[in-house]
Amino acid sequence: MTESFLNARTAAISRPPAPAKRWTRTRIIGHVLVAFWAALIIGLLLDLYAAWDIVLIQTYGPKYWQGLVTTLTLVFSSIIFGAILSVPVAYGRMTKNKIGAAIAYGYVYFFRGTPLIAQVFLMYYGVSEFKTQLEYVGLWWFFREAWYCGFLAFALNTAAYQAEILRGAIQSVSLGQWEGAASLGISKFVTFRKVILPQALIVALRPYGNEVILMIKGSAIVALITVYDLMGYTKLAYSRTFDFQAYLWAAIIYLLLVEILRHIWDWIERRITRHLIR
Amino acid sequence: MGSIALLGFGEGGWGLSIASGILVTVTLALATLPIGLLIGFFVALGKQAEEPSIRLAANMYTTIFRGLPELLTLFLVYFGAQIGIQKLGVLLGFSGTIEINSFLAGMFAMGAVFSSYASEVFLSAFRAIPRGQYEGGYAIGLSYGQTMWKVVLPQLIRVALPGLSNLWMILLKDTALVSAIGLADILRQTGVAARVTKHAFLFYGTACLIYLVLAILSSFVIHAIERRTTASGVRR
Repeated sequence: MTESFLNARTAAISRPPAPAKRWTRTRIIGHVLVAFWAALIIGLLLDLYAAWDIVLIQTYGPKYWQGLVTTLTLVFSSIIFGAILSVPVAYGRMTKNKIGAAIAYGYVYFFRGTPLIAQVFLMYYGVSEFKTQLEYVGLWWFFREAWYCGFLAFALNTAAYQAEILRGAIQSVSLGQWEGAASLGISKFVTFRKVILPQALIVALRPYGNEVILMIKGSAIVALITVYDLMGYTKLAYSRTFDFQAYLWAAIIYLLLVEILRHIWDWIERRITRHLIR
Repeated sequence: MGSIALLGFGEGGWGLSIASGILVTVTLALATLPIGLLIGFFVALGKQAEEPSIRLAANMYTTIFRGLPELLTLFLVYFGAQIGIQKLGVLLGFSGTIEINSFLAGMFAMGAVFSSYASEVFLSAFRAIPRGQYEGGYAIGLSYGQTMWKVVLPQLIRVALPGLSNLWMILLKDTALVSAIGLADILRQTGVAARVTKHAFLFYGTACLIYLVLAILSSFVIHAIERRTTASGVRR
């Protein structure tokens, strides 16, 4: 009893006193800024609470859900298709064949150098100029649908970005890895699959995550070509009700979506780099 | 009409309106850049502050503006500002509709997005500058502001330039979104031409090519700036 009391006393004596927290200028500024954010968020929530209209929620709630599903299917299908397409493009970016390299470079330069929205418009409005030719080839059913056009534009766009991610990741693996595998008599293909790719994918993971988030954010553009994704239903709700909460709800959903994805990605990264932590 | 005549400056040509669109796009991007850089710099300062409340406020800023789709940010600013100012006008006893300038709305929305990304670039650049640089500045009697301005910032720009030039390219492309709120930029003007002439592929293709040319031109300028900043730096 006395011993612990003594210990506590000596501890209290030996520890230097905590510096007094004074209201410095930076501290005041910080608190004011946080208070501003808090006021803004509480204000928005109060606004949403005051404007709570069960009829509105019942009408547009399911639509928002539908829109969210459309957004997610659009993003994930175009990312998977783009990933497949990015492999030959990345190969073209690394090949010594001049023609192949030029084509791949041009492809990547075009899709990374022009706005996604312009590409989507080109795909939807532009291609419909060739309606008769497309009907003749039997592809009109594809380009008639705004969803398919958005999907194709997104897939081509993300393929260019993913090709660069893939190329950067593969080239970040040192040449010694190739040489080491070659000296063991391992064929090039097996080396690539078993030695290079596992190391490259760890490097590529973070840029891939960023690309997924960029695609989710970029997918809002399809609302402008009449696809009813989350943004599309938001615009619809706003144009019918002129209620600003339509946009606020969309903002909350998009923010949640991106934050959840970011945390999932952090978790994946921690998990697959476990063996690298020393 | 041939496509050359459609894109030309003569009778029935859309060259002039597209040229005005280019002017709007470039002006918007150039007007957004200083705002975005300035806010981004201060947000980066806030993120590495010792005071936790400043860090929290700065991190919330980036979380929000990096998490929202750019198009949604644009609509939020455009319609939100309209409603906000309308309410303020009613409060001050002014009735009647108030139109928000879509250029200003675009500038603020793009600036918010740009600055939240720029703050991350600045932050990683700050981390590349050793503490000794600050200490050296203080040791010769410079104040915090002077150390920042004369010692840290010149080095910071050199480190941050590749990231910032990347962001400039993204900004240039993102300005195309303002056509959705009715600003007569490249995409808007070509879109009008496409609807009138029914040559959508030609005009949207031209829009894409113009953006490519703008990107190529900016990469020349960026290279020139890069050469200047590396020339003034000490080789390590």
